[in-house]
Amino acid sequence: MLIPRVIPCLLLRSRGLVKTTKFRRPVYLGDPVNVIRIFNEKEVDEVILLDITATLEQREPNFSLLEEISSECFMPLAYGGGVRTTSQMRTLYSLGIEKVALNTAAIDNPALISEAASCFGSQSVAVSIDVKKDWKRRYRVVTSCGRRMTTLDPVAFAVSMQQHGAGEVILNNIGRDGTMKGYDLDLVRSVTSCLDIPVIACGGAASVSDLAGVVRKGRASAAGAGSMFVFQGLHRGVLISFPSHAELEKAFAGTEPGWEYSPQGQSAANGKG
Amino acid sequence: MSIVIIDYGMGNVGSIRNMLRKCGVTAQISGDPGEIERATKLILPGVGAFDQGMHRLRQYGLVTLLDRKVREEKTPLLGICLGMHLLARSSEEGREAGLGWFDAEVVRFRFGEQPGVGLKVPHMGWNTVRPQASDGVTGLVSGARFYFVHSYYVVCHNNDDVIARTTYGFSFASAMRRDNVIGVQFHPEKSHRFGMAFLSEFARSSSAVTAAEC
Repeated sequence: MLIPRVIPCLLLRSRGLVKTTKFRRPVYLGDPVNVIRIFNEKEVDEVILLDITATLEQREPNFSLLEEISSECFMPLAYGGGVRTTSQMRTLYSLGIEKVALNTAAIDNPALISEAASCFGSQSVAVSIDVKKDWKRRYRVVTSCGRRMTTLDPVAFAVSMQQHGAGEVILNNIGRDGTMKGYDLDLVRSVTSCLDIPVIACGGAASVSDLAGVVRKGRASAAGAGSMFVFQGLHRGVLISFPSHAELEKAFAGTEPGWEYSPQGQSAANGKG
Repeated sequence: MSIVIIDYGMGNVGSIRNMLRKCGVTAQISGDPGEIERATKLILPGVGAFDQGMHRLRQYGLVTLLDRKVREEKTPLLGICLGMHLLARSSEEGREAGLGWFDAEVVRFRFGEQPGVGLKVPHMGWNTVRPQASDGVTGLVSGARFYFVHSYYVVCHNNDDVIARTTYGFSFASAMRRDNVIGVQFHPEKSHRFGMAFLSEFARSSSAVTAAEC
Protein backbone atom coordinates (compact mmCIF):
# COMPACT_ATOMS: atom_id res chain seq x y z
CA MET A 1 0.00 0.00 0.00
CA LEU A 2 1.27 3.43 -0.92
CA ILE A 3 0.64 5.75 1.99
CA PRO A 4 0.88 9.47 1.31
CA ARG A 5 4.16 10.80 2.62
CA VAL A 6 4.30 12.39 6.06
CA ILE A 7 7.22 14.77 6.28
CA PRO A 8 8.78 16.56 9.24
CA CYS A 9 9.81 20.08 8.20
CA LEU A 10 12.86 21.12 10.16
CA LEU A 11 14.24 24.63 10.33
CA LEU A 12 17.93 25.32 10.56
CA ARG A 13 19.20 28.50 12.15
CA SER A 14 23.00 28.72 12.13
CA ARG A 15 23.98 25.26 13.50
CA GLY A 16 20.85 24.49 15.48
CA LEU A 17 17.31 23.38 14.71
CA VAL A 18 14.49 25.72 15.68
CA LYS A 19 10.72 25.89 15.38
CA THR A 20 9.01 29.15 14.56
CA THR A 21 5.47 30.49 14.97
CA LYS A 22 4.23 32.39 11.93
CA PHE A 23 7.88 32.41 10.79
CA ARG A 24 8.92 34.32 13.92
CA ARG A 25 9.99 33.61 17.49
CA PRO A 26 12.33 30.69 16.82
CA VAL A 27 12.51 28.18 19.69
CA TYR A 28 15.69 26.11 19.89
CA LEU A 29 15.12 22.36 19.50
CA GLY A 30 18.55 20.81 19.38
CA ASP A 31 21.41 19.59 17.27
CA PRO A 32 20.32 18.75 13.72
CA VAL A 33 22.39 15.57 13.43
CA ASN A 34 20.87 14.21 16.64
CA VAL A 35 17.36 15.06 15.56
CA ILE A 36 17.90 13.41 12.17
CA ARG A 37 19.17 10.27 13.95
CA ILE A 38 15.99 10.16 16.02
CA PHE A 39 13.82 10.53 12.92
CA ASN A 40 15.83 7.72 11.28
CA GLU A 41 15.00 5.44 14.17
CA LYS A 42 11.36 6.40 13.90
CA GLU A 43 11.44 5.42 10.21
CA VAL A 44 10.20 8.69 8.90
CA ASP A 45 9.21 8.84 5.20
CA GLU A 46 11.21 11.87 4.24
CA VAL A 47 12.60 15.06 5.79
CA ILE A 48 12.58 18.68 4.65
CA LEU A 49 15.33 20.86 6.06
CA LEU A 50 15.15 24.61 5.50
CA ASP A 51 17.90 27.02 6.45
CA ILE A 52 15.80 30.03 7.43
CA THR A 53 18.61 32.58 7.68
CA ALA A 54 20.77 31.79 4.63
CA THR A 55 18.88 34.09 2.24
CA LEU A 56 18.53 36.86 4.82
CA GLU A 57 22.24 36.70 5.56
CA GLN A 58 22.94 36.50 1.81
CA ARG A 59 25.10 33.45 2.23
CA GLU A 60 25.45 30.03 0.68
CA PRO A 61 24.09 26.83 2.22
CA ASN A 62 26.28 25.51 5.03
CA PHE A 63 27.70 22.65 2.95
CA SER A 64 29.88 21.11 5.65
CA LEU A 65 27.00 20.92 8.13
CA LEU A 66 24.71 19.53 5.42
CA GLU A 67 27.27 16.85 4.63
CA GLU A 68 27.30 15.86 8.30
CA ILE A 69 23.51 15.77 8.41
CA SER A 70 23.00 13.87 5.15
CA SER A 71 25.57 11.23 6.05
CA GLU A 72 23.26 10.31 8.97
CA CYS A 73 20.03 10.62 7.01
CA PHE A 74 18.88 7.27 5.57
CA MET A 75 15.65 8.58 4.17
CA PRO A 76 15.06 11.10 1.40
CA LEU A 77 16.17 14.59 2.31
CA ALA A 78 15.06 17.87 0.76
CA TYR A 79 17.01 21.03 1.47
CA GLY A 80 16.18 24.69 0.93
CA GLY A 81 17.81 27.96 1.89
CA GLY A 82 20.25 30.29 0.15
CA VAL A 83 20.38 28.26 -3.10
CA ARG A 84 20.77 30.48 -6.15
CA THR A 85 22.76 28.48 -8.74
CA THR A 86 22.80 25.06 -10.38
CA SER A 87 26.38 24.59 -9.26
CA GLN A 88 25.28 24.90 -5.62
CA MET A 89 22.53 22.41 -6.42
CA ARG A 90 25.04 19.97 -7.92
CA THR A 91 27.09 20.17 -4.71
CA LEU A 92 23.99 19.51 -2.60
CA TYR A 93 23.02 16.43 -4.64
CA SER A 94 26.56 15.09 -4.38
CA LEU A 95 26.33 15.38 -0.58
CA GLY A 96 23.38 12.97 -0.63
CA ILE A 97 20.49 15.44 -0.70
CA GLU A 98 17.69 14.20 -3.00
CA LYS A 99 15.77 17.37 -3.61
CA VAL A 100 16.61 21.03 -3.53
CA ALA A 101 13.82 23.47 -2.71
CA LEU A 102 13.98 26.91 -4.25
CA ASN A 103 11.98 29.82 -2.93
CA THR A 104 13.41 33.34 -3.25
CA ALA A 105 15.57 32.32 -6.23
CA ALA A 106 12.54 30.80 -8.01
CA ILE A 107 10.79 34.16 -7.89
CA ASP A 108 13.80 36.29 -8.78
CA ASN A 109 14.95 33.95 -11.53
CA PRO A 110 12.36 31.42 -12.78
CA ALA A 111 14.79 30.32 -15.50
CA LEU A 112 16.82 28.66 -12.75
CA ILE A 113 13.99 26.13 -12.34
CA SER A 114 14.05 25.18 -16.03
CA GLU A 115 17.82 24.97 -16.04
CA ALA A 116 17.85 22.84 -12.88
CA ALA A 117 15.07 20.56 -14.16
CA SER A 118 16.94 19.88 -17.39
CA CYS A 119 20.25 19.25 -15.58
CA PHE A 120 19.02 17.15 -12.67
CA GLY A 121 15.48 16.04 -13.57
CA SER A 122 12.24 17.53 -12.26
CA GLN A 123 12.03 15.05 -9.40
CA SER A 124 15.07 16.69 -7.81
CA VAL A 125 13.74 20.24 -8.05
CA ALA A 126 11.08 21.49 -5.64
CA VAL A 127 9.70 24.97 -5.26
CA SER A 128 8.74 26.11 -1.81
CA ILE A 129 5.93 28.65 -1.79
CA ASP A 130 5.21 30.66 1.36
CA VAL A 131 1.83 32.36 1.40
CA LYS A 132 0.27 35.15 3.44
CA LYS A 133 -2.91 37.20 3.05
CA ASP A 134 -2.41 40.83 2.03
CA TRP A 135 -4.45 43.79 3.35
CA LYS A 136 -7.23 42.95 0.91
CA ARG A 137 -7.22 39.40 2.30
CA ARG A 138 -5.94 37.98 -0.96
CA TYR A 139 -3.39 35.17 -0.84
CA ARG A 140 0.03 36.38 -1.93
CA VAL A 141 3.41 34.71 -2.32
CA VAL A 142 6.00 35.89 0.21
CA THR A 143 9.77 35.45 -0.13
CA SER A 144 12.93 35.98 1.88
CA CYS A 145 11.72 33.81 4.72
CA GLY A 146 8.40 35.59 5.06
CA ARG A 147 9.87 39.10 4.96
CA ARG A 148 9.08 40.26 1.43
CA MET A 149 5.48 40.28 0.13
CA THR A 150 5.10 39.98 -3.65
CA THR A 151 2.10 40.64 -5.88
CA LEU A 152 2.08 37.02 -7.05
CA ASP A 153 -0.99 34.86 -6.69
CA PRO A 154 0.06 31.46 -5.29
CA VAL A 155 -2.02 29.40 -7.71
CA ALA A 156 -0.76 31.24 -10.80
CA PHE A 157 2.78 31.14 -9.47
CA ALA A 158 2.59 27.39 -8.72
CA VAL A 159 1.29 26.72 -12.24
CA SER A 160 4.12 28.73 -13.78
CA MET A 161 6.67 26.83 -11.66
CA GLN A 162 5.21 23.54 -12.91
CA GLN A 163 5.53 24.82 -16.48
CA HIS A 164 9.17 25.70 -15.80
CA GLY A 165 9.77 22.09 -14.80
CA ALA A 166 9.48 22.03 -11.01
CA GLY A 167 8.78 18.50 -9.81
CA GLU A 168 7.06 19.32 -6.57
CA VAL A 169 5.61 22.22 -4.59
CA ILE A 170 6.04 22.72 -0.85
CA LEU A 171 3.15 24.97 0.14
CA ASN A 172 3.16 26.79 3.46
CA ASN A 173 0.64 29.21 4.91
CA ILE A 174 2.72 31.49 7.13
CA GLY A 175 -0.32 32.42 9.21
CA ARG A 176 -0.69 28.77 10.30
CA ASP A 177 3.01 28.06 10.88
CA GLY A 178 3.57 26.78 14.42
CA THR A 179 -0.03 27.50 15.45
CA MET A 180 -1.25 23.88 15.35
CA LYS A 181 -4.65 25.17 14.28
CA GLY A 182 -5.02 22.89 11.30
CA TYR A 183 -4.02 23.26 7.65
CA ASP A 184 -5.46 25.98 5.44
CA LEU A 185 -7.46 23.52 3.37
CA ASP A 186 -8.85 26.20 1.04
CA LEU A 187 -5.38 27.32 0.05
CA VAL A 188 -4.15 23.75 -0.37
CA ARG A 189 -7.15 22.74 -2.47
CA SER A 190 -6.91 25.82 -4.69
CA VAL A 191 -3.30 24.95 -5.54
CA THR A 192 -3.65 21.15 -5.84
CA SER A 193 -6.67 21.47 -8.13
CA CYS A 194 -4.56 23.36 -10.69
CA LEU A 195 -1.39 21.25 -10.58
CA ASP A 196 -0.31 17.86 -11.89
CA ILE A 197 2.84 17.75 -9.79
CA PRO A 198 2.69 16.69 -6.13
CA VAL A 199 2.08 19.26 -3.40
CA ILE A 200 3.46 18.93 0.12
CA ALA A 201 1.15 20.92 2.40
CA CYS A 202 2.64 22.63 5.46
CA GLY A 203 1.50 24.89 8.23
CA GLY A 204 -0.87 24.17 11.07
CA ALA A 205 -0.91 20.39 11.58
CA ALA A 206 -1.68 19.27 15.12
CA SER A 207 -2.76 15.65 14.78
CA VAL A 208 -2.64 12.54 12.63
CA SER A 209 -6.18 13.28 11.50
CA ASP A 210 -5.01 16.70 10.23
CA LEU A 211 -2.35 14.91 8.18
CA ALA A 212 -4.90 12.58 6.64
CA GLY A 213 -7.37 15.44 6.20
CA VAL A 214 -5.05 17.55 4.10
CA VAL A 215 -4.59 14.60 1.76
CA ARG A 216 -8.28 13.65 1.65
CA LYS A 217 -9.85 17.10 1.58
CA GLY A 218 -6.97 19.22 0.36
CA ARG A 219 -5.84 16.66 -2.25
CA ALA A 220 -2.24 17.16 -1.13
CA SER A 221 0.19 14.38 -2.07
CA ALA A 222 2.08 14.68 1.19
CA ALA A 223 1.57 16.19 4.62
CA GLY A 224 4.35 18.27 6.14
CA ALA A 225 4.44 19.28 9.76
CA GLY A 226 6.80 20.85 12.27
CA SER A 227 5.40 21.51 15.74
CA MET A 228 3.48 18.25 16.09
CA PHE A 229 6.70 16.23 15.64
CA VAL A 230 8.91 18.32 17.89
CA PHE A 231 6.72 19.60 20.72
CA GLN A 232 4.78 17.76 23.37
CA GLY A 233 1.91 18.89 25.58
CA LEU A 234 0.39 22.24 26.40
CA HIS A 235 3.68 23.79 27.37
CA ARG A 236 5.29 22.76 24.13
CA GLY A 237 8.17 20.89 25.71
CA VAL A 238 10.69 19.74 23.12
CA LEU A 239 10.21 16.06 22.35
CA ILE A 240 10.83 14.46 18.98
CA SER A 241 8.01 12.09 18.04
CA PHE A 242 6.51 10.51 14.95
CA PRO A 243 3.36 8.40 14.52
CA SER A 244 3.89 4.68 14.03
CA HIS A 245 3.45 3.16 10.60
CA ALA A 246 0.35 1.32 11.83
CA GLU A 247 -1.17 4.54 13.09
CA LEU A 248 -0.55 6.27 9.76
CA GLU A 249 -1.83 3.28 7.82
CA LYS A 250 -5.07 3.47 9.77
CA ALA A 251 -5.46 7.23 9.41
CA PHE A 252 -4.74 7.18 5.69
CA ALA A 253 -6.85 4.13 4.87
CA GLY A 254 -8.80 4.78 1.71
CA THR A 255 -6.51 7.51 0.38
CA GLU A 256 -4.27 5.14 -1.57
CA PRO A 257 -4.99 4.35 -5.20
CA GLY A 258 -7.21 1.33 -4.64
CA TRP A 259 -8.01 0.43 -8.20
CA GLU A 260 -6.23 -1.84 -10.60
CA TYR A 261 -5.52 -0.75 -14.10
CA SER A 262 -4.00 -2.66 -17.01
CA PRO A 263 -1.89 -0.53 -19.29
CA GLN A 264 -2.50 -1.10 -22.97
CA GLY A 265 -0.18 -3.39 -24.83
CA GLN A 266 0.96 -5.25 -21.75
CA SER A 267 0.79 -8.99 -21.60
CA ALA A 268 -0.77 -10.78 -18.68
CA ALA A 269 2.72 -11.80 -17.61
CA ASN A 270 3.68 -8.31 -16.61
CA GLY A 271 0.23 -7.06 -15.71
CA LYS A 272 -1.03 -8.36 -12.42
CA GLY A 273 1.52 -9.67 -9.98
CA MET B 1 36.57 -7.83 -1.58
CA SER B 2 36.05 -4.41 -3.02
CA ILE B 3 32.72 -2.82 -3.84
CA VAL B 4 32.79 0.01 -6.33
CA ILE B 5 29.89 2.44 -6.69
CA ILE B 6 30.16 3.52 -10.30
CA ASP B 7 30.40 7.29 -10.53
CA TYR B 8 29.50 8.31 -14.04
CA GLY B 9 28.12 11.71 -13.13
CA MET B 10 24.54 10.50 -12.76
CA GLY B 11 23.38 10.89 -9.24
CA ASN B 12 23.46 10.07 -5.64
CA VAL B 13 26.65 8.10 -5.13
CA GLY B 14 27.20 9.72 -1.71
CA SER B 15 23.96 8.38 -0.27
CA ILE B 16 24.82 4.81 -1.27
CA ARG B 17 28.26 4.99 0.31
CA ASN B 18 26.74 6.49 3.49
CA MET B 19 24.26 3.65 3.76
CA LEU B 20 26.92 0.99 3.14
CA ARG B 21 29.12 2.63 5.76
CA LYS B 22 26.20 2.42 8.17
CA CYS B 23 26.03 -1.31 7.36
CA GLY B 24 29.73 -1.59 8.19
CA VAL B 25 30.77 -2.04 4.56
CA THR B 26 33.46 0.03 2.90
CA ALA B 27 32.79 0.98 -0.69
CA GLN B 28 34.68 3.06 -3.13
CA ILE B 29 33.15 5.67 -5.42
CA SER B 30 34.86 5.67 -8.78
CA GLY B 31 34.41 6.24 -12.48
CA ASP B 32 37.91 5.04 -13.26
CA PRO B 33 38.00 1.97 -15.55
CA GLY B 34 41.07 0.62 -13.73
CA GLU B 35 39.35 0.66 -10.35
CA ILE B 36 36.13 -0.72 -11.78
CA GLU B 37 38.17 -3.51 -13.39
CA ARG B 38 39.47 -4.53 -9.94
CA ALA B 39 36.04 -4.44 -8.26
CA THR B 40 34.56 -7.67 -6.97
CA LYS B 41 31.08 -6.13 -6.79
CA LEU B 42 29.56 -3.21 -8.59
CA ILE B 43 26.73 -0.82 -7.92
CA LEU B 44 25.31 1.19 -10.80
CA PRO B 45 23.27 4.07 -9.37
CA GLY B 46 21.56 6.73 -11.39
CA VAL B 47 19.14 9.59 -11.31
CA GLY B 48 18.26 11.30 -14.57
CA ALA B 49 17.50 10.54 -18.18
CA PHE B 50 18.16 7.23 -19.97
CA ASP B 51 20.08 8.58 -22.97
CA GLN B 52 22.22 10.78 -20.79
CA GLY B 53 23.03 7.77 -18.63
CA MET B 54 24.15 5.70 -21.64
CA HIS B 55 26.13 8.64 -23.06
CA ARG B 56 27.95 9.04 -19.78
CA LEU B 57 28.76 5.34 -19.51
CA ARG B 58 30.20 5.49 -23.01
CA GLN B 59 32.02 8.74 -22.34
CA TYR B 60 33.67 7.18 -19.28
CA GLY B 61 34.65 4.19 -21.42
CA LEU B 62 32.64 1.78 -19.30
CA VAL B 63 30.20 -0.01 -21.60
CA THR B 64 32.54 -2.69 -22.97
CA LEU B 65 34.30 -3.04 -19.64
CA LEU B 66 31.04 -3.56 -17.74
CA ASP B 67 29.81 -5.97 -20.37
CA ARG B 68 32.89 -8.15 -19.93
CA LYS B 69 32.98 -7.87 -16.11
CA VAL B 70 29.34 -8.75 -15.77
CA ARG B 71 28.77 -11.25 -18.56
CA GLU B 72 32.09 -13.08 -18.66
CA GLU B 73 33.58 -12.63 -15.20
CA LYS B 74 30.15 -12.80 -13.55
CA THR B 75 30.90 -9.92 -11.21
CA PRO B 76 27.73 -9.19 -9.21
CA LEU B 77 26.17 -5.87 -10.18
CA LEU B 78 23.28 -4.00 -8.61
CA GLY B 79 21.52 -1.36 -10.70
CA ILE B 80 19.42 1.17 -8.81
CA CYS B 81 16.59 3.23 -10.38
CA LEU B 82 18.02 4.59 -13.65
CA GLY B 83 20.80 2.04 -13.07
CA MET B 84 18.09 -0.65 -13.33
CA HIS B 85 16.65 0.90 -16.49
CA LEU B 86 20.06 0.88 -18.20
CA LEU B 87 20.16 -2.93 -17.82
CA ALA B 88 17.24 -3.20 -20.26
CA ARG B 89 17.43 -3.21 -24.05
CA SER B 90 15.79 0.14 -24.64
CA SER B 91 13.64 2.85 -23.15
CA GLU B 92 10.73 4.95 -24.28
CA GLU B 93 12.55 7.81 -22.62
CA GLY B 94 15.33 7.81 -25.20
CA ARG B 95 16.76 6.46 -28.42
CA GLU B 96 19.95 4.87 -27.16
CA ALA B 97 20.29 1.13 -26.78
CA GLY B 98 20.62 0.06 -23.16
CA LEU B 99 23.16 -2.44 -21.83
CA GLY B 100 20.70 -5.15 -22.87
CA TRP B 101 21.49 -7.69 -20.16
CA PHE B 102 17.79 -8.21 -19.58
CA ASP B 103 15.19 -8.97 -22.20
CA ALA B 104 13.25 -5.96 -21.05
CA GLU B 105 12.23 -2.47 -22.01
CA VAL B 106 11.47 0.68 -20.09
CA VAL B 107 8.11 2.41 -20.48
CA ARG B 108 6.44 5.44 -18.98
CA PHE B 109 3.59 5.45 -16.47
CA ARG B 110 0.53 6.70 -18.27
CA PHE B 111 -2.56 7.50 -16.30
CA GLY B 112 -3.64 10.65 -18.10
CA GLU B 113 -5.89 8.83 -20.55
CA GLN B 114 -7.92 7.49 -17.68
CA PRO B 115 -10.31 10.26 -16.70
CA GLY B 116 -10.81 10.81 -13.01
CA VAL B 117 -7.76 8.88 -12.03
CA GLY B 118 -5.67 10.84 -9.59
CA LEU B 119 -2.37 9.05 -9.90
CA LYS B 120 0.58 11.38 -10.17
CA VAL B 121 3.67 10.74 -12.20
CA PRO B 122 6.35 10.35 -10.91
CA HIS B 123 5.42 7.54 -8.57
CA MET B 124 6.97 9.10 -5.49
CA GLY B 125 6.97 7.86 -1.94
CA TRP B 126 7.14 4.66 0.08
CA ASN B 127 5.60 1.54 -1.29
CA THR B 128 5.69 -2.14 -0.44
CA VAL B 129 7.35 -4.84 -2.49
CA ARG B 130 6.02 -8.35 -2.98
CA PRO B 131 8.84 -10.83 -3.48
CA GLN B 132 8.13 -13.37 -6.21
CA ALA B 133 8.76 -17.08 -5.97
CA SER B 134 11.76 -16.76 -8.26
CA ASP B 135 13.73 -14.83 -5.65
CA GLY B 136 15.75 -16.86 -3.20
CA VAL B 137 18.80 -14.70 -2.99
CA THR B 138 18.31 -11.02 -2.43
CA GLY B 139 16.67 -11.23 0.99
CA LEU B 140 13.68 -9.07 0.04
CA VAL B 141 10.96 -9.81 2.56
CA SER B 142 7.25 -9.51 2.07
CA GLY B 143 5.89 -6.20 3.32
CA ALA B 144 9.27 -4.46 3.16
CA ARG B 145 8.80 -0.80 2.29
CA PHE B 146 11.06 1.19 0.04
CA TYR B 147 11.31 4.72 -1.27
CA PHE B 148 10.45 5.12 -4.95
CA VAL B 149 10.74 8.07 -7.28
CA HIS B 150 10.35 7.32 -10.98
CA SER B 151 8.28 8.12 -14.05
CA TYR B 152 9.34 5.04 -16.04
CA TYR B 153 9.32 1.37 -15.11
CA VAL B 154 10.81 -1.81 -16.51
CA VAL B 155 8.75 -4.40 -18.37
CA CYS B 156 10.54 -7.76 -18.26
CA HIS B 157 9.71 -10.05 -21.17
CA ASN B 158 10.99 -13.00 -19.23
CA ASN B 159 8.74 -13.29 -16.21
CA ASP B 160 11.29 -15.40 -14.32
CA ASP B 161 13.56 -12.36 -14.15
CA VAL B 162 11.08 -10.52 -11.97
CA ILE B 163 11.89 -11.04 -8.29
CA ALA B 164 9.59 -8.45 -6.75
CA ARG B 165 6.50 -6.52 -7.73
CA THR B 166 4.94 -3.32 -6.51
CA THR B 167 1.55 -1.82 -7.23
CA TYR B 168 1.10 1.72 -8.44
CA GLY B 169 -2.15 1.71 -10.35
CA PHE B 170 -1.07 -1.70 -11.61
CA SER B 171 1.61 -4.19 -10.72
CA PHE B 172 5.08 -3.53 -12.14
CA ALA B 173 8.52 -5.12 -11.66
CA SER B 174 10.19 -3.35 -8.76
CA ALA B 175 13.15 -5.75 -8.68
CA MET B 176 14.64 -8.11 -11.24
CA ARG B 177 17.49 -10.56 -11.24
CA ARG B 178 19.24 -12.60 -13.87
CA ASP B 179 22.32 -14.58 -12.85
CA ASN B 180 24.68 -12.16 -11.16
CA VAL B 181 22.81 -8.97 -12.07
CA ILE B 182 20.12 -7.38 -9.92
CA GLY B 183 18.10 -4.29 -10.77
CA VAL B 184 15.88 -2.46 -8.31
CA GLN B 185 13.50 0.38 -9.05
CA PHE B 186 13.47 1.68 -5.48
CA HIS B 187 16.19 3.47 -3.57
CA PRO B 188 17.56 1.14 -0.89
CA GLU B 189 20.06 3.84 0.13
CA LYS B 190 17.13 5.99 1.26
CA SER B 191 14.89 3.31 2.71
CA HIS B 192 16.22 3.12 6.29
CA ARG B 193 16.09 -0.35 7.84
CA PHE B 194 14.61 -2.08 4.80
CA GLY B 195 17.24 -0.57 2.52
CA MET B 196 19.95 -1.31 5.02
CA ALA B 197 18.97 -4.98 5.13
CA PHE B 198 18.85 -5.18 1.34
CA LEU B 199 22.20 -3.47 0.72
CA SER B 200 23.87 -5.46 3.50
CA GLU B 201 22.67 -8.66 1.87
CA PHE B 202 24.05 -7.59 -1.50
CA ALA B 203 27.36 -6.53 0.04
CA ARG B 204 27.82 -9.64 2.16
CA SER B 205 26.47 -12.41 -0.05
CA SER B 206 29.58 -14.11 -1.36
CA SER B 207 30.16 -13.79 -5.07
CA ALA B 208 30.88 -17.50 -5.20
CA VAL B 209 27.45 -18.41 -3.88
CA THR B 210 25.78 -16.05 -6.29
CA ALA B 211 27.75 -17.47 -9.19
CA ALA B 212 26.95 -21.04 -8.17
CA GLU B 213 23.26 -20.23 -8.14
CA CYS B 214 23.39 -19.11 -11.72
